[in-house]
Amino acid sequence: MIVVVDYRKGNLKSVERGLASAGGDVRVSDDPALIAQADAIVLPGVGAFADAAATMQALGQTDVVRGRIAAGVPFLGICLGMHLMFEEGVEGAPDEDDEESTHNARGLAVLPGVVTKMPRVDAAGRACKVPHVGWNTVVPPACQPAEPAAFAFPLFAGIHPGEHFYFTHGYVAPEGPFVIGETTHSTTFPSAVQYGDVAFGVQFHPEKSSDAGSRLLRNFVSIVKGA
Amino acid sequence: MLAKRVIPCMDVKDGRVVKGVNFVNLRDAGDPIELAQRYDEERADEVIFLDITATSDGRATTVGLASRASEQLHLPYCVGGGFRSVADIRTMIAAGADKVSVNSAAVADPSLITQAAAAFGSQAILCAIDAKQVAGNPNKWEVYVHGGRKATGIDAVAWAAEAARRGAGEILLTSMDRDGSRDGFDCALTRAVARAVDVPVIASGGVGKLEHFAQGILEGEADAVLAASVFHFGELTVRQVKEHMASQGIPVRL
Repeated sequence: MIVVVDYRKGNLKSVERGLASAGGDVRVSDDPALIAQADAIVLPGVGAFADAAATMQALGQTDVVRGRIAAGVPFLGICLGMHLMFEEGVEGAPDEDDEESTHNARGLAVLPGVVTKMPRVDAAGRACKVPHVGWNTVVPPACQPAEPAAFAFPLFAGIHPGEHFYFTHGYVAPEGPFVIGETTHSTTFPSAVQYGDVAFGVQFHPEKSSDAGSRLLRNFVSIVKGA
Repeated sequence: MLAKRVIPCMDVKDGRVVKGVNFVNLRDAGDPIELAQRYDEERADEVIFLDITATSDGRATTVGLASRASEQLHLPYCVGGGFRSVADIRTMIAAGADKVSVNSAAVADPSLITQAAAAFGSQAILCAIDAKQVAGNPNKWEVYVHGGRKATGIDAVAWAAEAARRGAGEILLTSMDRDGSRDGFDCALTRAVARAVDVPVIASGGVGKLEHFAQGILEGEADAVLAASVFHFGELTVRQVKEHMASQGIPVRL
């Protein structure tokens, strides 16, 4: 059973149905006891970091989800759900525009670093529209766009480097050795991350990404069934 | 690189697509979901359901449509039309709509945009603007409301800038002069708005042939192009449009 964690911020039907279409046995729940029993956990992406982190804490979900990821239970964080895998996020903090903010909200902290605002200008000084909304390409990290290497990661099995996925976000995850996919808008940022063998985060919305997104969800369900 | 988007728009009344649809091989050409799935297969980047229902029963039907769309569509969709309050918008977002578009109600009370963006995020709030060129002034356009029936005296470029400043995440800009004309987008209008805001602009109104879509992006500086009847009547497919855009050097998702 895959549990989609409901932290009461919005509609989770598209995630639920996306996973079900991919062959998963899916339940949507806010109940920490059920989350603790799940064969896999999906943390969807709805709302703002600080608010979501506080709600998860209040509902008693934070420690359960963190503990299950650490125990090797397959996990997929989507958009904000990926952000919540990190130590801290500036989004929704009272001084989020201050780079030295000491009021960042705490995430699950399975991956190191701080989720920050996406820059509004690129390295050449050109203005870029933020939030980053729409279809953008995902490639394996540090590959040259002209000659993309194939994805070596099971989550991207059968997906071509440079495939488009649907994004809608204004904040980006930090770089690190955990990055398995990246995307370029105003900056090149991690669009997919991995912790251990079976915990993943994706910045885009696979449930809104047509065929490519369906394939990625099928890959995740295969990983769940093989775990 | 962020792809430029192609967006089919469906007018929906009482849960059914209106303005006849002439697709072959559709079981039910009046079903907005089935039509949207067809557009998904053709690589549409998102779809817009424009609710032209006036009655409250019809509105409930549209909420039901959004709910069904969130279960059955694997692409983002926007619902527009008839939102008067944050509560109306909340109902549609709760039903699963990725985005809503506001029009007349936001002109009447611009704080609707501010409140809705604060509650649901800018990415969820489109401001739809119906604009008509001011007679004798080719570089000035006026905002019309109530389905284009009522002039407001408001400058369209200034209103777009205010809407974006208040938190609208995109501007859905329809040229009333071009709508239905098949003469192509009003690229001067689109460009004027695109340069006045730092959010994406969706060009709407006037496409009749393949070249018009690329013009909206290259000359109008739009981030997305919207069309209805050329797709519904099967004159052009979304795929044809995107292949043509790609041939003009525009980044698209093929």
